[in-house]
Amino acid sequence: MIGSALPGRLHCRGNLGLGIVVALALVLGLAVLVTACGSSSEASTTAGSETTTSVAGKTDLVLASTTSTQDSGLFDVLIPAFTEAFPKYNMKVVAVGSGEALKLGQTGDADVLLVHSPAAETEFMTAGYGMGRKAVMYNDFIIIGPPSDPAKIKGMTDAAAAFKKIADSQSLFYSRGDKSGTNAKELTLWKAAGVTPSGDWYQTTGQGMGETLTIADQKGGYTLADRGTWLAKKDSLENLELLVEGDKALFNQYHAITCQAAKNMQGANDFMNWIVSPYVQQNIIATYGLDKYGRPLFIPNAATAQ
Amino acid sequence: MGVFWDAIKQAVSLLVHGDRYVYEVMWMSIRVAGTATIFGMIVGIPIGTWLAIRRFWGWGAAATVLNVGLMLPPVVVGLFVFLLLSRQGPFGSLSLLYTSTAMIIAEFFIAAPVIAAITMGGVASVPKDVRLQAMGLGASRWQTIWLVLREARVTIISGIVAGFGAAISEVGAVMMVGGNLSIAGHNQTGTMTTATMSLVRQGEYATAMAFGLILILLAFIITFLLTRTQQGVRRRWLQS
Repeated sequence: MIGSALPGRLHCRGNLGLGIVVALALVLGLAVLVTACGSSSEASTTAGSETTTSVAGKTDLVLASTTSTQDSGLFDVLIPAFTEAFPKYNMKVVAVGSGEALKLGQTGDADVLLVHSPAAETEFMTAGYGMGRKAVMYNDFIIIGPPSDPAKIKGMTDAAAAFKKIADSQSLFYSRGDKSGTNAKELTLWKAAGVTPSGDWYQTTGQGMGETLTIADQKGGYTLADRGTWLAKKDSLENLELLVEGDKALFNQYHAITCQAAKNMQGANDFMNWIVSPYVQQNIIATYGLDKYGRPLFIPNAATAQ
Repeated sequence: MGVFWDAIKQAVSLLVHGDRYVYEVMWMSIRVAGTATIFGMIVGIPIGTWLAIRRFWGWGAAATVLNVGLMLPPVVVGLFVFLLLSRQGPFGSLSLLYTSTAMIIAEFFIAAPVIAAITMGGVASVPKDVRLQAMGLGASRWQTIWLVLREARVTIISGIVAGFGAAISEVGAVMMVGGNLSIAGHNQTGTMTTATMSLVRQGEYATAMAFGLILILLAFIITFLLTRTQQGVRRRWLQS
């Protein structure tokens, strides 16, 4: 019986073998094609020596920034305005956590950074990875939680004291735990509250602000959020409300940093000087979000901050 | 190149020194993908076999549904499972969102269609003569099906491996329903893929690379076992 099946099987295996060979050839062909494209563009970028040239004589300029800035939509007005002012640059925006943004600046994968993680930024500058650093704007963080408010923090004006009450009541708290600027701010607040958060009530998501808000909403927990992401997302968050705001300690300063390892140093400087210029500060940043939320999402302070 | 080798070196050291978090995440991945694959086999193999040997009214529709399941982007599966399990969803009261059960459910819907479709192909390629002869020799219906499954076993094993591969390499769906949670450095619902994504976003390339190495190693081990099984089967074929 097995013998009778054998020719069929062999025939089948032959087809399969042919199929595999064809598939392999396709994959290999594709790989060769991709590598060829990659190396040719590589060649064109190295040809431009210091600066990288690509499409139609434009120079690539890589900005690494944070997911919260990207999610707020500010870049949708900021970047077109910049490329209009400096048409010679081909602007690329990478939105990651502040931790990775700084790493990209260190390795030279980004030319200029727009980040909000003061302690890590200072380290970055001391280690010599940055050239220049300028204050750009700030927004604020808010403490979000379930309407039932088991820790009784609603309306408090001292963020650290509110955190202390969350810890004392062991109420569920979701930390981003992703070394983002928001995460760094949260850890500073725990420190100010004199609490080392640990235990089942303190959970880490390792994800972005939007995802962490969703998890807090689903599980009925507290979290620290930037106002921009909260405003953009709050309609889908049925079990959360804003509980604490307004404390100076909740302000969140953004800095622009030009990187030592930048491939396009000229572009990095142009971007940094442009974003702190009075026109951009007053006419773009200070007005963004006014029409949609009735208040600006970011408050420019290049002129007043140190 | 420096970053790449540094990451690999540090990853190897994490693995050798048995970093607790790395191993917790690894076991979570294997447990979730393994369970999802077992349920995928329980459901997928009978469906695949049935579609291969029976022609019935609505067969075309059933086969189409199966193939759509095969093409379904995992993120869509994740979205469906998320909305079904969410607090506002129909199964919200079960509190399954952000648990390993939720991840098993999502990965099941990713693995099962793969296993069913490949089983169907394997069983369909067993010559009809085998079945006819077996029945002619007096085999019962179940004995015949068992025989056909034995004939198609190499393909079915490939199907199971492909299903497991699809499940363990899934990121988006698992992130959505699992949440990649941890408590004080102890993993709760992180898998190797979701942890890798999160670590890369933090610039923690070494730990991310450790998971990358484990996943590659796992692929090698499984492929090795699969190839041996297939060669064993072929040797027995040639001897008979």
